Amino acid sequence: MPSFVMVEKCDGCKGQDKTACMYICPNDLMILDKERMKAYNRDPSMCWECQCCVKICPQQAMDVRGYADFIPLGASCVPLRGSQDIMWTVKFRDGSMKRFKFPTRTTEEGTAKPLAGYPAHDDIKSEALATEPASLGLQAVPTRK
Amino acid sequence: MANFQTVEVKTDLLIVGGGFSACGAATEAAYWAKKHNLKITLVDKAALDRSGAVAMGLSAINQYIGIRDGENTCEDYVRYVRQDLMGVSREDLVYNIARHVDSTVHLFEKWGLKIWLDEKGKYVHEGRWQLMINGESYKILIAEAAKNALKEAGGEIFERIFIVDPIVENNKIVGAVGFSTREEKFYVFKAKAVICAMGGAVHVFRPRSVGEGFGRSWYPPFNTGSSAYFTIKAGAEMTCQEVRFIPVRFKDAYGPVGAWFLLFKSRAISSGGGEYMAVRKAELDNWKPYGLAKPIPANLRNYLGMLDVEAGLGPLYMETAEAIGKLADQYKDDPKAFKKKMKELESEAWEDFLDMTISQAHLWAAQNVKPEEKHSEIAACEPYFIGSHSGASGAWVSGPEDLNTPYKWGYANMTTVDGLFAIGDASGASSHKFSSGSHAEGRIAGKAAIKYIIEKGKEPQVDNAKVEALKAKILAPIDRYQQYKGLTTDPAINPNYLLWRQFMERLQKIMDEYAGGVTAAFKTSKALLERALELFVFLKEDSEKLAAADIYSLERCWENVHRMWQGEAHIRTILFREETRWPGYYFRADTPKMDNDKWLCFVNCKWDPAAGKWDVFKKDIWTMPGV
Repeated sequence: MPSFVMVEKCDGCKGQDKTACMYICPNDLMILDKERMKAYNRDPSMCWECQCCVKICPQQAMDVRGYADFIPLGASCVPLRGSQDIMWTVKFRDGSMKRFKFPTRTTEEGTAKPLAGYPAHDDIKSEALATEPASLGLQAVPTRK
Repeated sequence: MANFQTVEVKTDLLIVGGGFSACGAATEAAYWAKKHNLKITLVDKAALDRSGAVAMGLSAINQYIGIRDGENTCEDYVRYVRQDLMGVSREDLVYNIARHVDSTVHLFEKWGLKIWLDEKGKYVHEGRWQLMINGESYKILIAEAAKNALKEAGGEIFERIFIVDPIVENNKIVGAVGFSTREEKFYVFKAKAVICAMGGAVHVFRPRSVGEGFGRSWYPPFNTGSSAYFTIKAGAEMTCQEVRFIPVRFKDAYGPVGAWFLLFKSRAISSGGGEYMAVRKAELDNWKPYGLAKPIPANLRNYLGMLDVEAGLGPLYMETAEAIGKLADQYKDDPKAFKKKMKELESEAWEDFLDMTISQAHLWAAQNVKPEEKHSEIAACEPYFIGSHSGASGAWVSGPEDLNTPYKWGYANMTTVDGLFAIGDASGASSHKFSSGSHAEGRIAGKAAIKYIIEKGKEPQVDNAKVEALKAKILAPIDRYQQYKGLTTDPAINPNYLLWRQFMERLQKIMDEYAGGVTAAFKTSKALLERALELFVFLKEDSEKLAAADIYSLERCWENVHRMWQGEAHIRTILFREETRWPGYYFRADTPKMDNDKWLCFVNCKWDPAAGKWDVFKKDIWTMPGV
């Protein structure tokens, strides 16, 4: 079933017109059943198991049950994504566990400045892109004569 | 006709797509658009934060030249790509991306991407061109910069709109049409220039897993051939439509092998044949000069493994335990350092999967795999169309203005259709750009497109009758479903129409069995391809009998029509090239050898929108003088 939604935890994102999982799914698979106010994956066989829905769900109501074609039951990889890092709990079929924590970014969310503080120029005709050559760390953009 | 409201949006520059190249285009174009008071509009079929091939994340940057530190030159990269693609690459485009890609990577780092640094503060390399990153949020960061750039420039982003067709007048692009995947709205975008960045194509060929695991393609299933369709239908000349890519990855979940091969120095073996790269070394002689030079091209490495599989010597394995053991050996006299190193390696190995192919971590956990104890199976995936990686399919685009290239007709990355630019998987013969190079190529095209608009931009003249005809065509599957669904007790089976999944399975069956897919062991021939074209006549006719119960199905219908056009371009091109040049990507059994006298050339193709006919032809390869 790739990604799935736990009935008890899903609150349909409290009746907003779209749920977080619907908003984020890159393959347009998550959908809200408005009668039950529960989300579901409408086509598990088109699911990439990217876990974008799992990571974004505010209720932690989502998980992945590995593709039945080739993934034995009993394991899971559960993410807990914060603003600067992500924690993974990997559960093995034999019951053993591994935990990992990896950084996701070095800056505050939302602060990526397009020019990144590099000086920019206004020559539309040159080969140099807006922040070049400074962002290359060179005196000039390489070329061949 | 289905009652969809028509929404019209006018803009100067339209960027279609939301992945890395589109974000690069938006970020750069926004800077120049603001200066020149122009409007940019970006249309994404998903949400920009997690759209495109890097939606899940990535564990490495695969193109970094290291010019500032004198590590490599752009010319080195040109030689590398020429070698890997068996001599067939647009060296002007490869050079152009290479000279800008380092600045893209430096921008990424400033935006907040964590690139691994060594004790001296230098980037940690996975291989010569590859940098290690903590890349779970790679796409979010790159999207954030693009969004901020568009906001500063007064640009607009439309999410969840699926662009179906280009609008072209007299070989000049004037806009694009599509529909909302959330509400009953038909969108008409009118623009002075359009950048096509809708990714590559997956699921043209039948994947190995055909049940629930159907979606576990190596490249994402939401790469649906939309770039190829958009540029072909616009009338653009296409190139390298035969150069599909087949990656060898951990079997079934398709986890990355780069870190294992490059960082951990792991060997690959077949169960019955040993280390196939060593045992079958003599075979490389048949593919010289490329087979005898280093690094050995990806397709030849594939091919040697495939020969073992074909001989019944499989499964293939990545020798993970041996590799980790060898690395740990260096610490055998220091148990404390050994323990620390092992923990570090374990974390690196798992992060490699968790950052970009979570299913592989899941599969290892479900099979109780401990890589330090036991090797893991690898296999060739199914074929993909991915001009940004080791494949090369895409549109034929103009080279950089300052280089003395014979392929130049104005603006960098403009296709042969006036005002239509192509980047990332949408532009061909400029392989090995990956995430960073695609973003750099987007920046190149973003600037070039604004320059085009300033110098040549005209108010788009859109023929309303044409738009109405497109609307009727695009919404027809909805009407067809409503018209006929009452005939049968189960609307899934109806003699008047096909549903998208049924249509897709027919396409995949043809591609797989006749055009060298997995079940054909990647082999094909003139006779098989000609038969495929006969079957395509019926398939194309039946594409006009697709039916959709809802907007979601309509989206899937058109994605599969897009895939069909990518499939046809591929079949026609491999039929035309009467040799085998990339044996680990596909093998022409009737012309099993490489023929440099006749076929060291590009094969390009073009579909003529007026006549509705294909033309396939050769183009000379230009080699950069002195490189």
